[in-house]
Amino acid sequence: MFLVAATALLIAMVLALIRLFIGPSLYDRVLAVNVFGTKTVLLIGVVGFLTGRPDWLDISLLYALINFISTLAVLKFFRYRRLGDAAGDRPTPEERP
Amino acid sequence: MIELVTDALSWLFILAGSAALVVAAFGLVRLPDFYTRLHAGGVTDTFGAELLIIGLAIQSGLTLTTVKLFIIGLFLFFTGPTATHATANAAWVAGLKPRLAERHDEPPEQPPPIGRPGGDRP
Repeated sequence: MFLVAATALLIAMVLALIRLFIGPSLYDRVLAVNVFGTKTVLLIGVVGFLTGRPDWLDISLLYALINFISTLAVLKFFRYRRLGDAAGDRPTPEERP
Repeated sequence: MIELVTDALSWLFILAGSAALVVAAFGLVRLPDFYTRLHAGGVTDTFGAELLIIGLAIQSGLTLTTVKLFIIGLFLFFTGPTATHATANAAWVAGLKPRLAERHDEPPEQPPPIGRPGGDRP
C-alpha cells in the first residue's frame, strides 16, 4: 500500500521536474518547484511509514514550512528585486541601478 | 473486523490520493497555458495531498503520529492555495496574459469547414 503511494509520488515528481526544465516562463518553474516540494513532504512521510518509523514526520513538517516560505521569497524577489524591505517600499530613483 | 475496515478505508484514501497526484502531475506537463497548469498544480495537488494524509492517519490509529499528520495536513491545506494564489498574482502583475484573453481581441476566426456530405472522416 505504501509502496504504491511512494511509486505514484515518484512518478509525479519526475513529471514536475520535466515541467521545471521545459517551463517557458519563470512562474511555470516556481509552480513546478512548489509542487515538487509538496510531493517531497508527502514522500518523506510515506517512506517513514514504509520503513516502520513514522518519526520522520517532523522532518516532513519542517520541509513544508521551508517550501512555503521559499516560494513566497522567490516570488517577492522577482517582483521587487530585493528581499529586505517591506512590500510597499519601492526603491527611490537614485537607488536604482 | 475493525482492522479490516480501517485497512480498507486507508487503502481507498491512499489510492485515491495517489491517483489525484499522478493526474495533477500529468496535467502540469500536458496543459497548454500557465494558468491552466496552475489549476492542475494547485487544486488537484492539495486535494491529493489531503487524501493521502487522511489515509496515513487512518493507518496509524490514535497516536502522536496522527497529531503530526493532522498538523501537516492543516498546514498544507492553508499554504497550498496561498502559494498558488501568490504565484498567479505575481504572474498577472508581471504581465503574463492567459491565452483566452488574447483571443477576444482578434477578429473572429473563419467558421470551421463543413465536412463532406459523405460523412467520411479525414
